[in-house]
Amino acid sequence: MKKRKKTSLRGRRAKRGGRSNLKEIASGAEFTPNPRGSGHPRNDGGAALPASLLDVENHYCAGCGHGIIHRLICEAVDDLGIRESVIGVAPVGCAVLAYDYWNFDVTEAAHGRTPAVATGIKRVRPDNIVFTYQGDGDLAAIGTSEIVHAANRGENITVIFVNNGVYGMTGGQMAPTTLAGQKTATTPGGRSLRREGYPLKILEMLAVLPGAKYVERVSVHNAQETLRAKRAIHKAFKMQVDNKGFSIVEVLSMCPTYWGMTPIQAADRIKNEVSTFYPLGVIKTC
Amino acid sequence: MAMLKTLMCGNEACGEGAILAGCKLYAGYPITPQNELTAYMAKRLNETGGVFIQAESELAAINMVFGAAAAGERAMTSSSSPGISLKQEGISYLVGCELPAVIVNIQRGGPGLGNIAPAQGDYFQAVKGGGHGDYKMIVLAPASAQELLEHTYLAFDLADKYRNPVFVLGDGLIGQMMEPVQFTVDSEHLTVKEKPWALTGCRGRKPNIIKSLILAEGALEEHNKKLQEKFNAMKSAETRAVTHNIKDSDIILIAYGSVARIAKSAMEKARAKNLKVGLIRPVTLWPFPDKLIADACAKTRKFLVVEMSAGQMVEDVRLAVNGRADVGFHGRMGGGIPSDDELLQRIESLV
Repeated sequence: MKKRKKTSLRGRRAKRGGRSNLKEIASGAEFTPNPRGSGHPRNDGGAALPASLLDVENHYCAGCGHGIIHRLICEAVDDLGIRESVIGVAPVGCAVLAYDYWNFDVTEAAHGRTPAVATGIKRVRPDNIVFTYQGDGDLAAIGTSEIVHAANRGENITVIFVNNGVYGMTGGQMAPTTLAGQKTATTPGGRSLRREGYPLKILEMLAVLPGAKYVERVSVHNAQETLRAKRAIHKAFKMQVDNKGFSIVEVLSMCPTYWGMTPIQAADRIKNEVSTFYPLGVIKTC
Repeated sequence: MAMLKTLMCGNEACGEGAILAGCKLYAGYPITPQNELTAYMAKRLNETGGVFIQAESELAAINMVFGAAAAGERAMTSSSSPGISLKQEGISYLVGCELPAVIVNIQRGGPGLGNIAPAQGDYFQAVKGGGHGDYKMIVLAPASAQELLEHTYLAFDLADKYRNPVFVLGDGLIGQMMEPVQFTVDSEHLTVKEKPWALTGCRGRKPNIIKSLILAEGALEEHNKKLQEKFNAMKSAETRAVTHNIKDSDIILIAYGSVARIAKSAMEKARAKNLKVGLIRPVTLWPFPDKLIADACAKTRKFLVVEMSAGQMVEDVRLAVNGRADVGFHGRMGGGIPSDDELLQRIESLV
């Protein structure tokens, strides 16, 4: 996603931590949605936004992958012509404000309960397209039970799982997906496998369930991978449109702020380190 | 034509109340003594074309209900005490997001895993909050299988009316007991309001957002003020109680749910002995009939609160009485059930 420059905000966030900055942005006048809606040419001459993406400033840090992934979802929704039937379920985490950027129906869910909420919506509205957007804490720690059972029931929903290996919103603590040796606020000496256990490959776990029909891991660290991610997300939605059952796409994403890196270094880390532990590609399809 | 009665247990009657109210989704997790309700919903929702889900946990169940409620459909979950503790987070979110839903607690003995005998130890949890944040729910306290049906039915209407979850607080006694039940339907209640706020897909309208995260400076306080106004409206319109002989009583018993039936029997035995005893049975535990109790202080100097707990509702009675009369308490705990003779003895000691 081409972001507008607002370096002062990003700079402040990097220094002070995500949560306080989130509040500040949400309350600030700088954060007013554009009444024109979306689908219009941008003021700065950039490419037109998808109709599903609102033309507003976002709260994400410089180099964060969420904005890109939000846009890929919106492009898939537009391509499939489902904007008016899609219902999103936003997580607790950095992406909790996703509804500020999406131009379709969205609900919040309690932390980790996202697939249960999506299940309730989809079961009573089978003609709507229901997806969850979840981080690694939401999906692979506090919500492990909900994602396993939603997949196992074969719920006809789409799950977009953003794995950046840290808890961004609360200040960069260890996530279940944090790599061995990675320093976080709660693993100041680096994640010890002996003490904290192993990084969780939850996608591989879910893939063994007969109810999970499409399981793929992608990344948004460069243009080529982002295009692959776009195709995967499109497919995950198309699966639901075609009533084929549970789909999940894990997107490896950058968190320069809590990796203590520049955006470029963070993208390189996915290429050289993260994606070697979490290999990209289709794990299961039908 | 007289309406036929069906012999069924309270848990099943509760389920039928939900079906009559047009419940579209039920999600639950097995726990005794409410299992008949879950099984009944599995059978009946299959017949009515609704959705039954045996959830992987109480947490998942309440959040499936959240999803269905957000999508504008009538939804319910039920459990017994330990399971209700797990649902508290979801209940707080339902209130915060202003979503209507029905939650049924067929109480058992506690704390902890306790036992599967009837109890009323979850009064505080139901009435005072239970989950986080400043919130209230209408809490209905049925005293029979028939009322389990009627209250559950009513709960759906009240939930839609206020866009707030409604709680039905029963216990293992009325849940398990078989009684004749009439499938009464007050047709006035069956009008489901339009839900323009629901998530249905944004065709022909602006997107709807359901959320309880409100970060802008002062906005959450405003949201809370709005919720409090709603709670005040519930308080003035929805307080319910049943009274017996309160005009001429020296002693008034106060009890809810199944215990109120035992108290009524004790009252009748006392009256047969020419003791002036009355009964107040709160039907809504929140809003609590405090004005009714306060007014009764004008003529009655003694109240005896009876509960299957260590004394929870008695605190609300004392607040209502506010020192103007004596408030005694008779409680049994951990599955103990008071007998009418036990209560009669206590009444005689107070005279």
